[in-house]
Formats: sequence, C-alpha cells, structure tokens
Amino acid sequence: MIKLQVRAQPSGFWTLASPLLALLITVLLGVVLFSLLGKDPVRALQMFFWEPIKSPYALGELVVKATPLLLIALGLAVCFRSNVWNIGAEGQYIIGAVCASGVALLGDKDTGSWIVMAVVLAGVLGGMVWAGITALLRDRFHANEILVSLMMVYVAVQVLGFLVYGPWKDPQGYNFPQTKNFDAVTRIPRLMDGSRMTIGVLFALLGVGTVWVFLFRTRAGFAQQVGGLAPAAARYAGFSARQALWTALLVSGGMAGLAGALEVAGPIGQLTPYVPAGYGFAAIIVAYVGRLHPVGLVFSSLLMSMFYIGGELAQSRLGLPKSLTGVFQGLLLFSLLACDTLVNYRLVRQAQAATGGSR
Amino acid sequence: MTFPRLELTGITKAYPGVVANSEVSLTVLPGQTHAVLGENGAGKSTLMKIIYGAIKPDAGQMRFNGQPVHIRNPKEARALGISMVFQHFNLFDTITVAENVWLGLDKSLSLDQVSERISSKARQYGLDIDPSRPVHTLGVGEMQRVEIIRALLTQPQLLILDEPTSVLTPQAVEKLFVVLQQLAAEGCSILYISHKLHEIRALCKACTVLRGGKVTGVCNPAEESNASLSRLMIGAEPPQLKHAVREPGAARLTVRNLRLTREDQFGVDLGGINLEVRAGEVLGIAGVSGNGQRELLYALSGEDRRAPQGSICMGEVDVSAQDPAARRALGLHFVPEERLGRGAVPTLSLAHNLLLTRTEAIAWRGFAGGWLQLAQLRAQAQRIIERFGVKANGPDAAARSLSGGNLQKFIVGREIDAKPALFIVSQPTWGVDVGASAQIRGAILALRDAGCAVLVVSEELDELFEICDRLQVIAHGKLSPSVAAGQATVAQMGEWMSGLWEAQA
Repeated sequence: MIKLQVRAQPSGFWTLASPLLALLITVLLGVVLFSLLGKDPVRALQMFFWEPIKSPYALGELVVKATPLLLIALGLAVCFRSNVWNIGAEGQYIIGAVCASGVALLGDKDTGSWIVMAVVLAGVLGGMVWAGITALLRDRFHANEILVSLMMVYVAVQVLGFLVYGPWKDPQGYNFPQTKNFDAVTRIPRLMDGSRMTIGVLFALLGVGTVWVFLFRTRAGFAQQVGGLAPAAARYAGFSARQALWTALLVSGGMAGLAGALEVAGPIGQLTPYVPAGYGFAAIIVAYVGRLHPVGLVFSSLLMSMFYIGGELAQSRLGLPKSLTGVFQGLLLFSLLACDTLVNYRLVRQAQAATGGSR
Repeated sequence: MTFPRLELTGITKAYPGVVANSEVSLTVLPGQTHAVLGENGAGKSTLMKIIYGAIKPDAGQMRFNGQPVHIRNPKEARALGISMVFQHFNLFDTITVAENVWLGLDKSLSLDQVSERISSKARQYGLDIDPSRPVHTLGVGEMQRVEIIRALLTQPQLLILDEPTSVLTPQAVEKLFVVLQQLAAEGCSILYISHKLHEIRALCKACTVLRGGKVTGVCNPAEESNASLSRLMIGAEPPQLKHAVREPGAARLTVRNLRLTREDQFGVDLGGINLEVRAGEVLGIAGVSGNGQRELLYALSGEDRRAPQGSICMGEVDVSAQDPAARRALGLHFVPEERLGRGAVPTLSLAHNLLLTRTEAIAWRGFAGGWLQLAQLRAQAQRIIERFGVKANGPDAAARSLSGGNLQKFIVGREIDAKPALFIVSQPTWGVDVGASAQIRGAILALRDAGCAVLVVSEELDELFEICDRLQVIAHGKLSPSVAAGQATVAQMGEWMSGLWEAQA
C-alpha cells in the first residue's frame, strides 16, 4: 500500500521547481492530446508557446492580457494566504468595470485628464464594495464566503446586462447591447505607441512590489497569513480574524475592480456584455501556479496569458476549439496540485517497508 | 517449559544521521510488568514501534511466546495479542469515541455493541468515559482513557503503555495501577514506558534502561535509588532545583468571581473562579484535564474576551475585555498547552514564530503594523535557541521540524525571554524529557526569583509540588481554596481533584 507522509521541511528547490515540472507535464499531456486530435503537436505547441512571444507586438499583446490576470491574482494571493476563499473575483472585476464605465460615460471632450484617476478609483471602489458584501455576510452571519462570492458573480453579470441592454445602451449603437465608446480623454493612457499596453502595466508592477512588501515585510501582512496558516495561533497572538477577513476581501476586491477599470477604459474602450472574459476565474489558477508569491505571479500570469492567446490562435489557424484554453488551464492546475502534494508529502510504500522487518 | 512472552535480540534501527536503536535486547516474561526507562530521544518510542510493527528494524530478532515473528504492521501485532497506547493519540477529532474505537476493530461488531463494550470496560476499570462524545471535545486525559480502553478491548497478551499516567489524578494513577496489576495477574505482560522513577518502582519488577539507543542497564527498579536510575538514564543526576523562600510582593493577577458559560457544548462552565498571583510567587493549578483549565486559560490570555467586567485584573488594570496583545503589553506572557498550531505556526520558521508574541524586531510600528527587520529577528531567534539549548536546525527551521520537547523549550524560551511581569504556562513539561523538564522548571523558578508572578497549570502533581509556592485545584469549573505547597499532600490534592474540598472546608 502506498501512503502519504508529511515532510517535516519541504525542499526549497522543489517548492520553486514544482510549477515548472507541472508546466512540463502539461505540455506532454498537450502533445498527447493534439496527437489524439490528429493535429501536428509541434505546430499546435508553437501556437501556445512561440507565437505569443515572437515579435514585440505579440509580446505587447501578451502583456495586455497578463496585466488584469496579474492584478487580480495579486489580490487573490493575499486572500488565499489568509484562508479567505474569494472565488468571486470575476464579479468584483465586472463591477469594477461597470463603475469605471459609469464615470467614464460622464466625461466629454472638455473634461480634464484628471477623470482617468476618477475612472480608476471608481473601479477600485466598485470592486471593494462588491467584495465587501461578501465580507459583511461572512462577518455578520457566518455565510460561507466561497458560495457568496461565487454567487455574487452571477449577480454582477446581471447588473452589467441590465445596464448595457437598458439605460446605458448607446443610442447610436444600432441597438447593440453596448455603451458608446468612451471619450479619448477618459481612456487609460497607452504606455507607448504601436502597442496596446497601457499604464495598467505600471499599476500591476507597483502592485507586485506593494503586495510583496505587505506580505513579507510588514507585521500586518504576517498577521494576515498566520490567520490562514494556524487560526488558533492567530487567536493566541491576538491577531484579529475579522480584520484579516475584511483586509483580504477588500484588497482582492479592490485589485479585481482595478483590473476591470483598466480593462474597460483601456483596450476595450466601452462597456459590453463581453467584458467578463473569465479573468477572475483564471486568476485563481494564476495565483496557485505562482505559489501565491507576488514574483511568481508575474510569470504565471504571463503563462496564462499565453494560453489565452494560444487558444485563440489554435482556433483560427488550426481549427481547434477555443475551449482548449480551458483544458490547458485545467491540466496545468491539476498537475501543479499533484506536484505540490509530492513537495509536501513523501510516498511511503508501506507493504515493502514492513516486509523488510523480517531481515 | 514456558517461553518469555517477548524476546528481542540485537535490534538495530538507524535513520539518516542518527542511530535510534543499537543492538537492543529486551526480555519480558508472561505476566511481568517491565519498565522501559530513558530520556526523549533515547530510542524508547522507536523500539516500541518496532515491537508494534509500525517500524521495521534494520537488524535483529524478535520472538513472541518463543516463536520467531516478523510483525509487518500493527494489525499483525494486534492479531498476535500486542496492543499499544501511544503517547500521542491516534484519534480522529470529528467523530465520537465509539466510532474511533470501532474504526480500529475488525468490523465484526456493530457500533452499538462497541459502545456497549466501551462502557462495560470503562466501568470495570473505573475509567469514566461517554462513548457518544466527539473526540475533539475531550481533554488530553480523557483521550488517553479512550486509548487505554481501546487497547484493553483487544484482550492483549502484551500491552505497551507510553507515558500513560502523566494526565491522571493520583487516585486515577492508583486505579490504573490496580488495572495493570490485575492484567498482569491475568497473565498479560506489560511494557511500561515512563520517566517517573517512583511509578516505575511501585509498579515494575524489571526495568531496561536506554540511553542514546543503547541498553545501559537491566535492573530491578525496586532495588535501585532515584540517583542510580538517573545515572543509568542520563549519565548524570538531574540538577536539584533550588527553591528559595521569598516573601511575595504585590498582586499581579487578580481574578474575582469569574463566571463564563462554555463556548462549545462539551466544554466546562467556569463557576466563580477566584485567584490571585503575586509578584515573586508560583501558583500552581492542579486538576484532571477537562475540568475548566482550557476555558480558564482562554479567559486569562485574552483569547476569550467574554469575561465580565472587573473579573480579571492585572495590577490595578481591568483587562477583562482586552485582547491578548494588549495584555502582553502589560507584561502577561502565556505558553499554551498546544504547541503546534497555537503556540507556534507549524510551517513557519522559528524566527517568524517569534512574531506571534514578540515585537522587538519590528520598526516603524505606525504603518501596517510595522516593518519586519529580518536579520534582527533571526538573531533574536538564534539567541533564544542558544540560551535555552533548543536542538534545531537554526532560526530558519520550520516549527514542525522540531521535536515536541525542543519546540516547548523554544516557546517557553520565547515568552521567558520577554521578561514578563506575569507568566502563565500550561503543561510546561508535557512530553518533554527529564533533562529539558528540569531546565524548564529551573527557568520558571529563576523567573519567580526575579520577581515575576507565575501561574502554572499542570496535570503533573510532582511538577507542581516541585516548583509551586501555593496550590489550588480546579474541578468541574470551580477552583479550590489555596494551600501552601509545603502543607499540601498528594492524597488531599487527589480528593480535591474530584471536587471534594467543600466538604472539608
């Protein structure tokens, strides 16, 4: 019989290497999958791992998609490290986008460029409020935050739908469910010409630094994580569980809302029912693949972004279904969980160990 | 002719970097109560696990009733008639006592039958336990009773007991000894692991002493003195504690009529606790686990802040509603009973575990709780490791990688190093070896002599008699009057543990 036994001190090397091993396993499984589908695996893998990085423009696109993933995953890392299971980042992202759009729609040609700050701020606040509802229900009524935050996603989708099919619908939009294009002055400034990257990238990188400092260099961040690792120890130390809950949800909600604002007022430029692209859910995988570590998240968000772009390319060029992206995400998370289990536990073959006793 | 019940020859077991057992031989006769004596890390537990089939030896022979046996797993051991009561309990928290016992049996009995048998065994041996209670609501003493009953249910020929008495009242220890003597008289052999010399002398007629994985002596403990046994066990006599007489100072902790309803349905209501701890004295609270110690300590530490206003005061300050950090700022440092998960975060390094209660390495407290100065934190952890002789792989070792005794030394060290004005410690030496226990007790006394007020909650009466100035007993959520340690007797304490002080007063 094979048994799992806890390792007293997991290897530092394998803790870092396990995502790479998981990626390798994912690629191998991908090769098998493509072969079974009758496609050239080399060509298919090229779509995922070469096309997205082969030119400066492609790299820019990679970063455009990675930015919201990174922002959301940073917030989720804080959340998950505190043992608060916010599964509803997608909803907070949507409401962030909605609130940002609300402000952006107020702007016209004569508005000053200060409105960009207001747009971003509205997004952050929107996400915080949406996550705050979950925090409130958890705090006051002990409602399970996994269920509440997840269900709030569907409420957010309905809110978005109501607005774009109703009051915010562009009168000149041929009855399409979308708002008018935001005025240029309200759009998030581009980082450089010839690329769709916006200053959102800077927000994300700033976020990486801030979250790293918070988690690893401040006592508040330490307290936050103790609540997740050992609740009784947090109680013993006097770290407030309520404060940890609120911090976790407000931070992750704010980050998701920020991502929504940067996205809707950045590359998209108007509010449509297609704003929710699943970033909020994909960011959960990004968070875990990146070891809930801010620096790791940079890499995992780029990787996930590759999957998104590769999936689209595989659809347009190879005629493979776009849901391949989801398959890849799932495979990656699955193999990562398997690798992580082996980092923290060792396999003990009990039957063999015991028969040796006769010697 | 009769064969020895159990005969081990040349048992050797090496782990990377450490030889746990080296050429160990051991002979237990039928109906014999045989002690295995040794410090933590001497290889007692490894040897017992080898006998029980949980670990395979690298070399050596084992005979059971004269037959060579190769026990491959605990199930085979039980089939042969070997039962073991572990020091660390193998019970699932979320299910009931009966379900736990049932899981270890061969499923030929229904759950109801198992409950029935537990109750009857419990009555037979005076081990009071309700089979329908979930395990997480039991105190350590009660969990041990479950383990003992579970072992007895299999009608063993050889019963292995690992430090079984540390959580029992003196009366319960006597009862247990009656049980064990009864079992021995019925022909069951008993392997009794302990470091309590007087118990071994009372109970056992044979004793094998281990040190550093080797047998250092086989003797009849009744013919040996504490000193000679100690020499065999640790190679030296334990240092004698100096207990200087001191006039205590002002009250540092005053608890007045503390009443609290239980937080969890199987907890204990605190019914009007009154106590006072003064500077420069050690107050001991004796009692069997599950009588309100847990609830009292939660209230004193601030982890439970429902205490009525004015019921808990530190000096002149009413701290009833203050959180643990605020009480710590007033000089209260507390070592909880549970080390992993409460006193320390298992996965974090020792250095980071300092941050639970220590703030010296934190700068700029105003912003986000303050900035962590990691180099300083590590140096601080290193100092504590050195000062208290903690065996650990440096300040970056994860808390869970330390043995129980070493982690306890680190946690006690962390709190004592903070120079507390009021020090509260629960089960200071539970599962800690003789040398480390003496060290921890010595540190507690040094703290007292430095003028700190100390409250010790322990289930080990010997320990309380050794270090306390005054004793009180907790039973059924109520606290007995205080008695000077010099005037208290074991018999009186034992009666009080059953809640019988009112009759005497």
